[in-house]
Amino acid sequence: MTSVVAPLSPAKGTAASASEQIAFALMVGALLVAPTFIYPLFLMKALCFAMFACAFNLLIGYGGLVSFGHALYFGWASYVAAHLAKVGKVSLPYWVGTWHWLVIPLPPLPPELAILGGTVVAGLIGLVAGALAIRRQGIYFAMITLALAQMMYLVAVRAPFTGGEDGIQAVPRGTMFATLDLSNQMTMYSVVVVIFLGVFLLIYRIIHSPFGEVLKAIRENEPRAVSLGYKTDRYKLVAFVLSALLAGVAGSTKAIVLQIASLTDVNWPMSGEVVLMTLVGGMGTVFGPVVGASVIIAMQDYLAYVGQWVTVIQGSIFVICVLLFRRGIVGEIANLLRIRL
Amino acid sequence: MFEIFGVPSQALFGQLLLGLINGSFYALLSLGLAVIFGMLNIINFSHGAQYMMGAFVAFLLLQYMNLGYWLALLIAPIVVGCLGIVIERVLLRRLYRLDHLYGLLLTFGLALIIEGVFRNYFGSAGLPYRVPESLQGGYNLGFMFLPTYRAWVIAFSLFVCLTTWFVIERTNLGSYLRAATENPSLVRAFGINVPRMITLTYSFGVGLAALAGVMAAPIYNVSPQMGSELIIVVFAVVVIGGMGSIMGAIVTGFGLGIIEGLTKVFSPEASNTVIFVIMAVVLLVRPAGLFGRAT
Repeated sequence: MTSVVAPLSPAKGTAASASEQIAFALMVGALLVAPTFIYPLFLMKALCFAMFACAFNLLIGYGGLVSFGHALYFGWASYVAAHLAKVGKVSLPYWVGTWHWLVIPLPPLPPELAILGGTVVAGLIGLVAGALAIRRQGIYFAMITLALAQMMYLVAVRAPFTGGEDGIQAVPRGTMFATLDLSNQMTMYSVVVVIFLGVFLLIYRIIHSPFGEVLKAIRENEPRAVSLGYKTDRYKLVAFVLSALLAGVAGSTKAIVLQIASLTDVNWPMSGEVVLMTLVGGMGTVFGPVVGASVIIAMQDYLAYVGQWVTVIQGSIFVICVLLFRRGIVGEIANLLRIRL
Repeated sequence: MFEIFGVPSQALFGQLLLGLINGSFYALLSLGLAVIFGMLNIINFSHGAQYMMGAFVAFLLLQYMNLGYWLALLIAPIVVGCLGIVIERVLLRRLYRLDHLYGLLLTFGLALIIEGVFRNYFGSAGLPYRVPESLQGGYNLGFMFLPTYRAWVIAFSLFVCLTTWFVIERTNLGSYLRAATENPSLVRAFGINVPRMITLTYSFGVGLAALAGVMAAPIYNVSPQMGSELIIVVFAVVVIGGMGSIMGAIVTGFGLGIIEGLTKVFSPEASNTVIFVIMAVVLLVRPAGLFGRAT
């Protein structure tokens, strides 16, 4: 069976290659100068989706696990963060003969705690969904993750705190660590850049850790990894939860930045979108998802006037990428220059 | 009027009927998915879009050519099936040697394209489609009212499902098909044109989806997004049943439809998530699916 991603050039040691260091320096440089000529809100949105795509790539590109329901973690983290930042009060239903509400009277939380809360919830959902999904392989895995995401989408439609069709609007950005006023666009941008770089470097670290190496071994040949004594299910579950957690960071940050959480974030087209971003940028490359997310978000922004045709264009990009361009933008460049990116 | 479990019989049987109707569509669609997966090793994500196209072909035939339901029932599957031939020959054929994932991604892209185009031209609102005159009215069974059209949908989809099962499991053609699923190169060596068989299988599978779409048109409105939500539920049905067995797909489809209908009687909120919950339970208890072989 052919692998999901083209085999990477063999990693020489765990230190970052020169090409990766240069690309990273270029990326940081771009993030520093970009707000001088690009609208910061657009940049922040692109960065949130870049984090989302990187988290997704960890699973598909390195674990070989195709999740078609990543909107679940992104969207629910977004809802939880928005709710914590705006309302705070948490009411959990529980069953003792009849339904009761366990009310935790919290004040509206500062953004760092809201983001943390969203991330934790995404991780917990990921733990349950992942434990179910890894019981089947390949194409079934994709269908299970999609079905579970759809179920939680239907829950989000009904749950009182999500605000149904309206979503949670006018989420306050608040003051981070009691010192950083996030209503200032540049302060918000700096915080998002820091979060993004943190997530990016964490993922880089995970990929190049012994854990990441085992993950790649499972992707290439699972029975062989099993025969070497690795408990592959455990590795897959940890990868799944990590990916859900990081998608949660992306979703929570997005809720604070754009000050809204809505059904769009948790519905199936969003799951498809993150697949598209990763595919366009390059599955199994470190920088691919960042490039892919920027391209897709830019496309959506500049093509907003064509309305429904955006869906058609996205679908066409899917088809073209799958037929002609499976390495994605970054993957093709890396292959052309024979470097690792 | 009498009661069962404290529920008026009218409501109970009414929901049971709705459940059977939904079950017919689950069965027809998961059957198509299973047949396509068996031959092509591809999960056809555009199945929902092709179901929607079937309904739209019926709608357009009535609107612009004044051709009624019965002709639509024949023409729509042929039109969508022909489109399926083109899709298989031009696009899917290039993916057989790659990972299953790419088939899923490509057909997902196709679903986006098809749905987007239809939404551009017809908007998101549902368009009504009349029940054909010969199937209007209904029967009073004493304990419930049975609309003729709904009885027809259940009977006809059952007939189509069982015919498909019979052809695949009990005829010569079906035995070629099953053999080609197991070992295509050996079957080719016997002089059977396997690539053509694959093309026709795909076109038959999407034709089934279109047929379901035509049958659904008078019950639900015809709308561009009618397929996408249905197909996700059908994926859950396929995970529950496993794609290894044709009869399994049929039984699971109808069975889950009935369970969904009965759930609606007792808890309307739970009814649209019950299939996903059942999927989770099945994964815990029997990971390979009810009719699946362990992979």
